Amino acid sequence: MVSRDKSNQKSIRSMIQENKSSRSQSAVMEKVVPKLFLICAIISIFTTIGIVFTLLTETFTFFNRISIVEFFTNTRWFPFAADKHADFGIIALIMGTLTVTAIAMVVAIPIGLAAAIYLSEYASAKTRKVIKPILEVLAGIPTIVYGFFALTFVTPLLDKIIPGGISIFNALSPGIVVGIMIIPMIASLSEDAMNAVPNSMREGALALGATRFEVAMKVVLPAALSGVIASFVLGISRAIGETMIVTIAGGSRPTADINLTESIQTMTAYIVQVSQGDTGYGTTIYYSIYAVGMTLFVFTLIMNLLAQFISRKFREEY
Amino acid sequence: MALINKESVKKRMGTRLAANGVAKFLFILATLFSLLVLGVLIYRILSEGLPYLSLDFITNFASRMPERAGIWAALLGTIWVMAVTAPVSFILGVGTAIYLEEYAKKNAFTKFVQINISNLAGVPSIVFGLLGLTIFVRLLGLGSSVLAGGLTMSLLILPVIVVASQEAIRTVPREIREASFGMGATKWQTIRRIVFPAALPGILTGTILALSRAVGETAPLLVLGALAYVAFVPENIFSQFTVLPIQLYNWTSRPQEEFHMIAASGIIILLIILLIMNSIAVLIRNKFHKRF
Repeated sequence: MVSRDKSNQKSIRSMIQENKSSRSQSAVMEKVVPKLFLICAIISIFTTIGIVFTLLTETFTFFNRISIVEFFTNTRWFPFAADKHADFGIIALIMGTLTVTAIAMVVAIPIGLAAAIYLSEYASAKTRKVIKPILEVLAGIPTIVYGFFALTFVTPLLDKIIPGGISIFNALSPGIVVGIMIIPMIASLSEDAMNAVPNSMREGALALGATRFEVAMKVVLPAALSGVIASFVLGISRAIGETMIVTIAGGSRPTADINLTESIQTMTAYIVQVSQGDTGYGTTIYYSIYAVGMTLFVFTLIMNLLAQFISRKFREEY
Repeated sequence: MALINKESVKKRMGTRLAANGVAKFLFILATLFSLLVLGVLIYRILSEGLPYLSLDFITNFASRMPERAGIWAALLGTIWVMAVTAPVSFILGVGTAIYLEEYAKKNAFTKFVQINISNLAGVPSIVFGLLGLTIFVRLLGLGSSVLAGGLTMSLLILPVIVVASQEAIRTVPREIREASFGMGATKWQTIRRIVFPAALPGILTGTILALSRAVGETAPLLVLGALAYVAFVPENIFSQFTVLPIQLYNWTSRPQEEFHMIAASGIIILLIILLIMNSIAVLIRNKFHKRF
């Protein structure tokens, strides 16, 4: 039975009225909502502007005190010395960063690429299903944990292996561990690139009598080269910006000499060292972390743009 | 006349197959190396950290004596920072993604926003720390507070959430949008009632994974001036704080062996938190993900 209760009934007129008001309400929403979302999108642009602006202004203040020529040509970095004797030569920090990055790449590129080739060319779907999540776990481990691992396991291990021993803080141990951290990234990005190569090309080569190894090296790898190289470049960028591993295991002795078994300091480790100390706001040392941060930012930006350029420019379309 | 010299092919085939076998072995070895490292890492941390792990370790404050040290302040600090980061980064990230996928016209501005986001994802985390130090700590005068830390972390993980949300929104098929429009729904109604609910599992998975990255992040908060030695729990978002990774860094950088042991115990707690977060993310992805 339909309820005849009067209070529950609405006249057609009131329903139309209600509909109209709700429609005008939703018309307002239709106009306001996109603007709110646009503001969200603009905040991401402001983040970039904020980064560039803060780095630039504070770096500018720094260069008012220390000449830009000295900054880029001096090979000594001793900011904590008394005023007149302080040296701000970023080359020492850059060398530290590049040493660690080079070691990391020596570890990560062959192992990461080999794992990628195995996963995309040899492994069965079942094996892949087991190994890929494990690689993801490895990629998800916080860098502080890797730093702990470098200091308390890899360094003592290297100390036993290397004939002359190795100091507690050195370039080799964090370099190797940064490399281990980057392996999953290179492996998964390279594997994606190789997976994008169509199967018909593999089958064509196999039908001509090529072995799987020959297919991988002479067909798949050349076809996926842009993606593979882009993954290397992104790996380099990650290694340059890596902070905690090199801070914990690398030490704090900036040097422009290349010595893998001695303490070094990277750009990132210097920034951490200063923020951990009791450096006052407005001192030259305070501004120096922005100049170092700016250099770091430019390094990684160039690497990221290079990676994008490589994967866009040299992509082979099938 | 035989076109193919079978003898020489046979001869070379042996070395080619051998090369294939050796290469395959090396490739497997490389893959196993990663697994081996993961195994050693977990074994080392468990063997060093388990003896010190107890309920007291979780509920005690940091201490100069390793046997009385605990992670209570750091654990609550992490929770406080995440309480700021999660809503801020979720709203900003999803808002940006909806704008880019649903509203933005295909023009230079949209392309610029997109490129900007992918470049932000490549900026080292420590640079975000410098940004937070200048803008939030000094310019806005927030000090080294939970709020400053949480906002910095939000900006850090924003690109990850945007990209994940965009992918989730893109998987919602055109047809159900058109069906909604066909029923007379407006654009906002369609987004709110159709697209957003359908994309939500993917968005949540991406957000939780991004947050788990923020939980393990140390460098930006160190630069912001988060304290390393804290014997109090944050009272509100303007309190000073420490987080788990910073506490672990503090213990790891001390020379005494005992502090390395409790650092390992702390790492176990940190990894358990990350494991739980990742499991929730995977659960959401598997349980609620709809294939259209």
